[in-house]
Amino acid sequence: MDPECSRLLPALCAVLADPRQPVADDTCLEKLLDWFKKVTEAESSLLLLQENPCLVELLSHVLRPQDVSPRVLSFSLRLAGTFAAQEDCFQYLQQGDLLLGLFGEAGTLGWAAWNVPTVRSGWIQGLSSLAQHPSALHFLADSGAVDTVFSLQGDPSLFVASAASQLLVHILALSMHGEAVEHHSPQGSAWPTCAQKIVGHVEESLRSTAAPQVTQALNVLTTTFGRCHSPWTEVLWEQLSPLVACLLERDPIPAGHSLVDLLLSVARSPVFSSADCGLWETVAQTLSRLSPTQAGPLALGTLKLQHCPQALRTQAFGILLQPLACVLKATTQAPTSPGLLDGTLGGSMTVDALLSSKSACAGLLCQTLAQLEELHPLPHRPSPWPQASLLEAVVTILQLCDGSAAPGSSVGGRLCGTLAGCVRVQRAALDFLGTLSQGTSPQELVPQVFAVLLEYLESPDSSPTVLKKAFQATLGWLLSSPKTPGCSDFGPHIPLFLGELFPVLQKRLCSPCWEVRDSALEFFTNLSRHWGGQADFRQALFSSEAPTLTQQLLRDPESYVRASAVTAMAQLSSQGLHATLASPEHPEAEQGLLREFLNILSADSEGFPRRAVVQVFTQWLRDGHAEVARDTEQFVATVLQVVSQDLDWEVRVQGLELAQVFLTQKLGQPGHCPYTVALPEAPLPRLRPEVLRTLCQPWLLEFAFRALFDCDRPVAQKACNLLLFLRDKTAPYAGTQETGDSPHLDSMEAALQRWQAGEQGQPLGDPEPEAMLAVLRSLDLEGLQGRLAESSDHVEKSPQSLLQDMLATVDILEENEADCY
Amino acid sequence: MKLYCLSGHPTLPCNVLKFKSTTIMLDCGLDMTSTLNFLPLPLVQSPRLSNLPGWSLKDGNAFLDKTELIDLSTVDVILISNYHCMMALPYITEHTGFTGTVYATEPTVQIGRLLMEELVNFIERVPKAQSASLWKNKDIQRLLPSPLKDAVEVSTWRRCYTMQEVNSALSKIQLVGYSQKIELFGAVQVTPLSSGYALGSSNWIIQSHYEKVSYVSGSSLLTTHPQPMDQASLKNSDVLVLTGLTQIPTANPDGMVGEFCSNLALTVRNGGNVLVPCYPSGVIYDLLECLYQYIDSAGLSNIPFYFISPVANSSLEFSQIFAEWLCHNKQSKVYLPEPPFPHAELIQTNKLKHYPSIHGDFSNDFRQPCVVFTGHPSLRFGDVVHFMELWGKSSLNTVIFTEPDFSYLEALAPYQPLAMKCIYCPIDTRLNFIQVSKLLKEVQPLHVVCPEQYTQPPPAQSHRMDLMIDCQPPAMSYRRADVLALPFKRRYEKIEIMPELADSLVPMEIKPGISLATVSAVLHTKDNKHVLQPPPRPAQPTSGKKRKQRVSEDVPDCQVLKPLLSGSIPVEQFVQTLEKHGFSDIKVEDTAKGHIVLLQEAETLIQIEEDSTHIICDNDEMLRVRLRDLVLKFLQKF
Repeated sequence: MDPECSRLLPALCAVLADPRQPVADDTCLEKLLDWFKKVTEAESSLLLLQENPCLVELLSHVLRPQDVSPRVLSFSLRLAGTFAAQEDCFQYLQQGDLLLGLFGEAGTLGWAAWNVPTVRSGWIQGLSSLAQHPSALHFLADSGAVDTVFSLQGDPSLFVASAASQLLVHILALSMHGEAVEHHSPQGSAWPTCAQKIVGHVEESLRSTAAPQVTQALNVLTTTFGRCHSPWTEVLWEQLSPLVACLLERDPIPAGHSLVDLLLSVARSPVFSSADCGLWETVAQTLSRLSPTQAGPLALGTLKLQHCPQALRTQAFGILLQPLACVLKATTQAPTSPGLLDGTLGGSMTVDALLSSKSACAGLLCQTLAQLEELHPLPHRPSPWPQASLLEAVVTILQLCDGSAAPGSSVGGRLCGTLAGCVRVQRAALDFLGTLSQGTSPQELVPQVFAVLLEYLESPDSSPTVLKKAFQATLGWLLSSPKTPGCSDFGPHIPLFLGELFPVLQKRLCSPCWEVRDSALEFFTNLSRHWGGQADFRQALFSSEAPTLTQQLLRDPESYVRASAVTAMAQLSSQGLHATLASPEHPEAEQGLLREFLNILSADSEGFPRRAVVQVFTQWLRDGHAEVARDTEQFVATVLQVVSQDLDWEVRVQGLELAQVFLTQKLGQPGHCPYTVALPEAPLPRLRPEVLRTLCQPWLLEFAFRALFDCDRPVAQKACNLLLFLRDKTAPYAGTQETGDSPHLDSMEAALQRWQAGEQGQPLGDPEPEAMLAVLRSLDLEGLQGRLAESSDHVEKSPQSLLQDMLATVDILEENEADCY
Repeated sequence: MKLYCLSGHPTLPCNVLKFKSTTIMLDCGLDMTSTLNFLPLPLVQSPRLSNLPGWSLKDGNAFLDKTELIDLSTVDVILISNYHCMMALPYITEHTGFTGTVYATEPTVQIGRLLMEELVNFIERVPKAQSASLWKNKDIQRLLPSPLKDAVEVSTWRRCYTMQEVNSALSKIQLVGYSQKIELFGAVQVTPLSSGYALGSSNWIIQSHYEKVSYVSGSSLLTTHPQPMDQASLKNSDVLVLTGLTQIPTANPDGMVGEFCSNLALTVRNGGNVLVPCYPSGVIYDLLECLYQYIDSAGLSNIPFYFISPVANSSLEFSQIFAEWLCHNKQSKVYLPEPPFPHAELIQTNKLKHYPSIHGDFSNDFRQPCVVFTGHPSLRFGDVVHFMELWGKSSLNTVIFTEPDFSYLEALAPYQPLAMKCIYCPIDTRLNFIQVSKLLKEVQPLHVVCPEQYTQPPPAQSHRMDLMIDCQPPAMSYRRADVLALPFKRRYEKIEIMPELADSLVPMEIKPGISLATVSAVLHTKDNKHVLQPPPRPAQPTSGKKRKQRVSEDVPDCQVLKPLLSGSIPVEQFVQTLEKHGFSDIKVEDTAKGHIVLLQEAETLIQIEEDSTHIICDNDEMLRVRLRDLVLKFLQKF
């Protein structure tokens, strides 16, 4: 510990011990504790306590309960635990019976403060930190702390209850730590007393008829198998699995979710990877006993396991598919899809769940669809994957949701009534439908998919979120549809679909709801990006009004929509889709677009459209867009001039990115990469004076220099990197010429100083490039870069300042008190 | 209690309720779908229409009237729930001998008048040179082309009423306010409640002291311009008559408004015109409000909106003055003070212009592309006919149907072939089935009565079991010309007792908490109110004056009062008592209703039943009196 902190510590301890001086806030104490943890990791705790007796004084002071606030008490408990984590320090604290006073039954437990959850939480966390060595185990056993932890498992505060359960696992693991090494998998009866006690408690809870107790026991076991992967866990499972299996006999099964968690935790543990210990039988039994909603997560978890008997995988997959199979069965006249309906017999429980209530039905379907979506991209997903049946099912669900399905059975009729207009299921189904596009689907089903997607895109009842998902799914299916070689670019369905899609898209672009306009634009942009070159697409696009409508949306009242319209128009323009629209009669259309974008950049009241414009300009510069290539310098100059006035820092950062791209194009790639082989003579002869003149244009440097002193750190950082790049690139050239003290240089430096001081006026004038370079060299850019890289609170983060702050707050409080009189 | 169902149209109901001694007509909607069988009435001579082959212009528009199920002159009152449901009023008040009163709220009457005025105006301004009615003869009708030959009851189709008839009909209306209690002949009380559907629209409660019937017609739970629906007052109904649900249960009004705006913007941006056939009041206010918020965002600020109707001006202005009938938001605007509807601003900024017809100023101001709101939604008469002829040939133009009353395909039939785009965005804010089931759960009526269309899924979507009323016990359904006996019996009637009579009563406790008293009084019934009054004193024998004839008719002669008896006779003890008094040879037989005590020696029967005891003996009055006294010993007297 550094001496300055040591000096401040007694005063601080005095403040903490003084009940009349309230601690300002919890975060200070948390930071203090973090700091102590760091200190004790680096040096001996014993030494620390001996050198700073005030700490022990604080801990013993706390033992007088009436004097201490719950916050400080909780802090002290955790602090004591942190110190006692080292065995010698533990012994030292034990000598004064300090630990027994704090953690023993005669200590904190009996005080009124125990009713405060923070104190109980501090007690548990203190014990958790302390329990690191065998002495601690004896202490735990002797002090009766374990029994207290048992009771805290049912604490009304969820944080305390969860921490208690974690502590039990920690103690169990600690007590078993030595054992496993010495004997190979000792039997339960030979386990240390402490471990036996905990296991006994768990067994008792598992036998209990009260569901909360069972849940607690299952949670402890779940954590145990999740954390401890020693051989003893296998013994533990052998001992407890009959009790777990007994839970399945009860009706209803208590704590279904926790049971699922436990089984998955055991199944994932590497200890059980090879051994067959009845686990799979239990899982299989559980799968068949749990309700469909509870069995779903277990089935999914089982399928995600690498090692697992095939029969079980088949059963689990069957359970996942069951709700969809039920939907298909209820809606189709003839059973046509053997893949899905096979092996999913006995779905009466699922049907009941589907029909019991609207929320149950929606919940089960959403869960199933999300689980299958999660499974779909996995390499070891069940095989064969019933793509066709899944597609059929999800299309049917979507039809049920919009009322267009015509079910043949009474169950189907009821499903139709339940699901009609259910937005949750619509969203989940569209998500899954989108995912299914990544797979080979039977060609005869593709038209059905497009038909249902079109229905959703068209329907006035589709909510904005549903519509967004429908757009995403449509994009997925369009992009994944196979391209056939031949007269047409696409397969047979696509041109037809595009013909119907564009009218819908046009309507959506005119929607009164801005979210809809925005998602329609986003979809249009993505589609043009991928398909801008395809003849079918271009034809459909040109025969529609979509480009005109998009252009009109540049003046939308909603800023998000304007930003999306900017991106969309830029995309159309880069693909020549906008120019072609205008070119025969209106050659000025392109120029008009550039002017319009510049207008948005300088006049739009919201940040999003302006950011979008600078991004587009940067991209255009990168791609050598025709409009930009005509007079790049003029273009960059105009943009930067506008950007430099912008109030939005992201726009300014983007402007610097644009400048960077410009410089890179003029000078070549940045040469910072340490792995490139430097060619000795390369940069020098290439940097001709006219290039230099271009680079040292006043508008460019003035922009960069001003940004260097920007009050927003990301802007300054970016500007610094830019100038560093420029300096490095021009350094060899500048070295060849003497600049000396020119009047330009002086005035420039003066201007820079004023900017740094925060004054905005005073332009640079029109200095010589040489003077510019000289100023560039005179700046300590590396130093600046280093300073900017540090976070803004780096000064305030030191432990010393923390201690000072805490003391200062108390002083202020005191002063305020004095003022009152 | 009976319900006579005169209309089979679920949203244009006309039912007559006979309740206690009153005959109440609930709404009188006018089903105008029969006009779809006629050709449009063009404002300017249309060569196309007049040159159509075959059946040229027939007689005027005709409407379906009521059947001869009930003598309409016996109707005491008509309760109107909203302005769409009163369009047949002149037919009833002017041609049936109706002498009663019509009750409706002020906005209902005013806007109803506008709708009727518009209708009359539309029809009368294009008088026809000739009219035919012989075709209504069944033999000739059979020969007509379909669908006319299949039309039912054409003989009941009537010509449109005149403005005089409208005025006369409206003069019979008495204005009422929400929650106002109106006594009908002292027998029942009727109360209008806000129904949330349109300005001044109401549901009605018809109740006596012990029975309550609710009439729910055209209600809405959406937040549009009218005052929200009053659901709480509908609770505890014995019968709830439910009509006027949404005609398009699968379309959500919000989605449709979005669809309307999108299509409108799309057409106008392409340089096309938009035609919206509509009624001059109702949904148009909401549409204008939506457009007010939308036009700037859609860049449509320069597009003129025209509202053409003979009553356009009155409709727009009326809507602004009925503040107390509006939803809370709009009401509070009035105190700012601001006009409650934003169409005032549209008019001020010249974005919305209104004209009585296409003639006159409109032709000077007319500028395209534009949006025109005009009637009639059937496309058979009104200015809309002109615009259909004018714009129908260009595919740039769009007609957007927002009123759900007419099939848009049938409405468009005489204009085919049509190049203009047709969009169907029916906006019906009335209750849908989900809302109905929530309402019924909340209100919990004992019985629900509704048109049969609501008890089964729509024919086109027979699998949608959610599109029907689902309640317990199942709703009673009716179809046109049905007479329903409503499933509850009246069991109690309230009778008042005069204070001086009440004073004279001497209650006697016969069981803890239950006291009885005999009352001798005169039941006085007047205006369906019943009062027990003290009986007149017995006539003084000394009084020589002869009582007036009328009084003696009213008051029956009072005889000397006999005590009333109560209690039951325990047979065994009774037999013992008989034996004690010297009767022997007693036999007791059990019967279904009680016992028979047989005194064989005296040849006498004593028949003891729950509510009567008879002593049957032959001409031995002494014996009968003895036995009677013995029986009376077991009974309490008071």
